[in-house]
Amino acid sequence: MLTIATGNKAVADAVKDAVPAIVAAYPITPQTEIVEQIANYVASGQLASKYIPVESEHSAMAACIGASATGARAFTATSSHGLVYMCEMLHWAVGARLPIVMANANRALGPGWNIWAEHTDSLSMRDTGWLQVYVGSVQEAYDATLMAFRIAEHNDVLLPVMVNLDGFALTHITQSLETVDPGDFIPPMHLPHAIDTGRPAGYGTLTAPGDYYRFRWDIERSMRNAVSVIEETQDEFGKRFGRTYGMTEEYRCADAEVVVVAMGTLGKEVEIAVDILRGQGVKAGSMRLRWFRPFPDLDLAGKEVVVIDRDYSFGFGGIVAHAIASKYDVPIFSVIAGLGGQEVTYDDIAGFVRDRRPGDEYWFGVDA
Amino acid sequence: MYEIRLHSRGGQGGVTAAKMLALAAIREGKFATACPFYGAERRGAPVVSYIRIDDAPIKVYSQIRQPDLVIVLDMSVMETVDVLQGIREDGRVLINSPHPVDMQGHPTYHVDLTGIALSLNLVIAGSPILNTPLMGALAKMGYVTFDSVKGAIEETFSDDRNVEAAQLAYEELER
Amino acid sequence: MANIPQEEYIFKTTSACAGCSSSLCLRHILKAAGPDSVLVVPACCTSVIQGIYPNTAFNIPVYNVAFAAAAAVASGMSTALRAAGRKTNVICYAGDGGTVDIGIQALSGALERGTDFLYICYDNEAYSNTGMQRSGGTPLGAATTTTPGGKTEGKKDLDLIVEAHDPPYMATACSAYPIDLYKKVEKALSIEGPTFIHILAPCPPGWRYPADKTVEMGKLAVRTGMWILYEREHGQLSISGPSKNAMRKPLPIEEYLEKQGRFKNIDQRSITVLQQQVERHMARIAREAEGIC
Repeated sequence: MLTIATGNKAVADAVKDAVPAIVAAYPITPQTEIVEQIANYVASGQLASKYIPVESEHSAMAACIGASATGARAFTATSSHGLVYMCEMLHWAVGARLPIVMANANRALGPGWNIWAEHTDSLSMRDTGWLQVYVGSVQEAYDATLMAFRIAEHNDVLLPVMVNLDGFALTHITQSLETVDPGDFIPPMHLPHAIDTGRPAGYGTLTAPGDYYRFRWDIERSMRNAVSVIEETQDEFGKRFGRTYGMTEEYRCADAEVVVVAMGTLGKEVEIAVDILRGQGVKAGSMRLRWFRPFPDLDLAGKEVVVIDRDYSFGFGGIVAHAIASKYDVPIFSVIAGLGGQEVTYDDIAGFVRDRRPGDEYWFGVDA
Repeated sequence: MYEIRLHSRGGQGGVTAAKMLALAAIREGKFATACPFYGAERRGAPVVSYIRIDDAPIKVYSQIRQPDLVIVLDMSVMETVDVLQGIREDGRVLINSPHPVDMQGHPTYHVDLTGIALSLNLVIAGSPILNTPLMGALAKMGYVTFDSVKGAIEETFSDDRNVEAAQLAYEELER
Repeated sequence: MANIPQEEYIFKTTSACAGCSSSLCLRHILKAAGPDSVLVVPACCTSVIQGIYPNTAFNIPVYNVAFAAAAAVASGMSTALRAAGRKTNVICYAGDGGTVDIGIQALSGALERGTDFLYICYDNEAYSNTGMQRSGGTPLGAATTTTPGGKTEGKKDLDLIVEAHDPPYMATACSAYPIDLYKKVEKALSIEGPTFIHILAPCPPGWRYPADKTVEMGKLAVRTGMWILYEREHGQLSISGPSKNAMRKPLPIEEYLEKQGRFKNIDQRSITVLQQQVERHMARIAREAEGIC
């Protein structure tokens, strides 16, 4: 059905269509509308989930873990401080191999208090073992959330998935949204290691150095499996519902000499900058990174790359730029822009590309 | 692409107006986005919303800097906000006012949205509803058709007086 | 005598210390709970006692979770199980650190939400699993590795905190009275909603007494009034048999303190303060039991 929705509403609608058994959540700006909407769907009987109004984000993830461990589908949503507060339990969900789905409204971390978009919150959780996808439109927020359940619960994966959408820029924008009837696109959840009192077992018991690493390797093996599960899921989604997605979204990349890599809404704005640059004779392209974990294979051979990081790892650099630098031997101009909702326009982006200095890092707005 | 900037105060329904306009455009097969600019505002503080309407998918997320149309739901915001900032040379202005207003030579339309709402007793929590009559004025200015405005209002509100208010504004809009 | 089942859910292969009272308690708790139960265990001695992967000494599903998370994990688990129409008992088994300190927020939240579960705190009055550091549950004057001169603050009153949430059932218990504990677990699990049992669990290495004195230490705690056994069902308090007897003529607390190395250097002033606290506590519980409060 074609309607309009905010990014938050789109996530809530996808959750309604995926019907988790449990939603445990704690409010935080700019995510709150997701859990309010879900609570309303539950209260009005449109969604047959149990809504657990937990007292913190740490407990939100803990409750999802407890529910998921019984084999029940579980969802939560958070943002920024809420995400980093649940950090311990993010690791736990992965180690416990629980296919929890979470939406994260990307937001900067305080102090000073800042409620606007930035990716440092989720990127600082990149080593937890959660799959991470970053979306660029209201429609994509819905589609990615729906697909996240199928990907997470796939028995070759069994890892949690975090759907990231830019705070305010996407959570609060209204765009058109086409919802679907997922039907059997999301099969019933089957957790092979669900708690069964008929088959008692110890979960997460003390694990000695001679065994622990095997479990870590198993997580990595599943993370590698996840690439094909994601691709298969996205292909199947395209066949059934007509919208296709890749690990990345590429725009005028094939013959590009310089490719701009970004994530989230900035990655969409880049496409306009590409058109402007093409009009000026610069052979530019856009490669919007959708999946950050697992990190996709990128076709960057022979191209110059401008990476826009809406994040930063202090004492090191832009997190996306360095992820690419560590995998590909290409000249990279690293731009740090959009922190804490800093306004970045397509004209600014076109400027980054025109004035690029491969090998350098540039903080937009800082005279240094 | 039309780029519209809407100035109002928190609680006046500017955000809902922006969403309804986007919905009306989408019902006509166009693409649209509506986005409030959120600061630390509270009820009563000046608020800005952005609406973009285009025939192709919209990829812009940054703020509107050169609006084609500026809407002022509450003239008192003009005391503290330069509502004409960045407006295109041929940009139009729509003001909630019973009287004509001179906006530095820009083609300016006015309609008494507050009066229309009060005449129909369209009041919520003591505030007249401005967004539904506004839809009628925007239809008259040609951004969307009155039919799609009517549809968007009906999808958003159940009270028939909202469509009536839009009809009145459609008829009463003056340049 | 209660008819205690023969089935064992804790095998003799645990890695508990000699004289460990918390594993003894758990043995009786699980007998009362039966096989359709899940144990949720945050970081505490029980994390280690159950054994090392791939082995476990517990013949019941045990879900080990992060330190602060037990009650919240149980919330999710219980809600999901009930939604699936399952009656499985969800029992948190947590130490005092995981309850009165790092886990208090999650416990408070789960109680307030009316989670259908049983939360059991086995209180050995210190962070025993990490080698006896001070916790909020450590009593005044007790030496720990982080209070070598004796704790200068009193024991946090967990039961008052829990009581403030008005759970339908809460009780205290002590490892020295296993049948009392067994009956209280049975009753707690028969009541829907959040139920709570607080067990005093003497710890030979932490309290510094010989491993064969664990039962004696528990009995002394009750006979001196340092620990009072009672249950509060739907707001109605009743004092349990052993404490009823003890409170008629309690022993001086010195008889309890002097048998434990952790109180070796306690000063007279602290003893007086503790004795006064014990008397106030007994008086308050007695008044409540008589319906005067």
